[in-house]
Amino acid sequence: MYPSAFDYYRAESVEEAFELLDEHAGTEVELLAGGHSLLPTIKSGLASPEVLIDIGQIDDLNEIQHDGDSVTIGANVNYATIASRDDLWDDVTVVAEAAKEIGDVQVRNRGTIGGNLAHSDPASDLPAAVLASSATIHAQSPDGSREIDADNFFLGMYATSLDEGEILTAVEVPTLAENEVGVYVKKPSPSSGYAMIGVAVVLETDGDTIESARVAANGAFDHAMRLDAVEDRLTGATVGDDTADEAAELATDGVEEWMFMTDLQASAEFRAQLLKVYTQRALTKAFEDAA
Amino acid sequence: MSEHDITLTVNGTEHELEIESHKLLVHALRDELGYTGPNVGCESSLCGACTVHIDGEATKSCTVLAVQADGSEITTVEGLAENGEFHPIQESFQEEHGLQCGYCTPGMMMTATSYLAEEPNPDREEIREALEGNLCRCTGYQNIVNAVESAAQKMQESDD
Repeated sequence: MYPSAFDYYRAESVEEAFELLDEHAGTEVELLAGGHSLLPTIKSGLASPEVLIDIGQIDDLNEIQHDGDSVTIGANVNYATIASRDDLWDDVTVVAEAAKEIGDVQVRNRGTIGGNLAHSDPASDLPAAVLASSATIHAQSPDGSREIDADNFFLGMYATSLDEGEILTAVEVPTLAENEVGVYVKKPSPSSGYAMIGVAVVLETDGDTIESARVAANGAFDHAMRLDAVEDRLTGATVGDDTADEAAELATDGVEEWMFMTDLQASAEFRAQLLKVYTQRALTKAFEDAA
Repeated sequence: MSEHDITLTVNGTEHELEIESHKLLVHALRDELGYTGPNVGCESSLCGACTVHIDGEATKSCTVLAVQADGSEITTVEGLAENGEFHPIQESFQEEHGLQCGYCTPGMMMTATSYLAEEPNPDREEIREALEGNLCRCTGYQNIVNAVESAAQKMQESDD
């Protein structure tokens, strides 16, 4: 309950954050933004950093910019803000819907999209949304900046392709086209509010035909993953209950039982079943929205 | 830096304090400043008994460092009553028996008041959703929902 001691520094800019990281290289440093993953970890003794650098108050990272065919959401934008913006519900529905499903009101007032993605908790909600959206993660280091496709970002449990000393600064999410819909459905843990299963779908249709589908899940495995077999089944198929059912059956195709998360909340077997059920629900909802 | 001079404005009163980096806001409020309204209920950021407003937003003060809150305006349950008169939420919790042991109550009230400021006329399902971050072991929530519903009504009537 009582965090062990550490030094705290507040960065007013990304440049200052790099200066502080450099000053404290060689010590156990963590970046702090919303703090609702980091602080519980420190309080429970699972982590004991020596230095915390607060980047959560950097204004530059708190902007939302529309850019014709995409929306760039700054890393420090909190879940409550994302969930409350009509423009984001219209343009990047699946990200807004996932943000709304996170935790509870208090958590959403502090947690940030940048922190969520950089931390990559297997049971968080935004990774699946960002994968299904074909988003691009923007990162900066003292050497410059780079863009990382969501498909190449989530590597394993709490592991992303961010390099040591790199700061996630924004997420660029493609705007949904007229013939596209985005959906996020979730089975939350009743106590923690984290995703036991969360499925995100972005669907492109031409009348009753599915032109393309991106389907991603978090909560199921040790990191968010796209469901290739489901996507393949959907491409070129006709919208409807049969398609939803048949595609959902394929959610566990190519996935061995050991790949599913197993814990006090749910066994691997239960998660496998939930994955099919929630894929079916996500697809049904997507088909309804597309009509 | 392991110690910081910070300023916290709590219920309208400015406080200057020197605290350690790792001091949680809830402990700074309770132990350093004597605001024992927010309670420490769990160790896992789940129960919400510590909920206060930081710049008007419901926040679990056990999951914020006091240094992070430097310069902000904090409202605790002690700040709800005005001129010795109960806030409608306090009246309603009393009238509707929305508490038993009272431990979750400050957090419930703080989440409810910031919610009602945004949604003055919620239905019962919406109230339950808004209170997802506040756990109660005593009441089974029914009377809590009644209390928030009743407070919403009072607050709307007084706005008319």
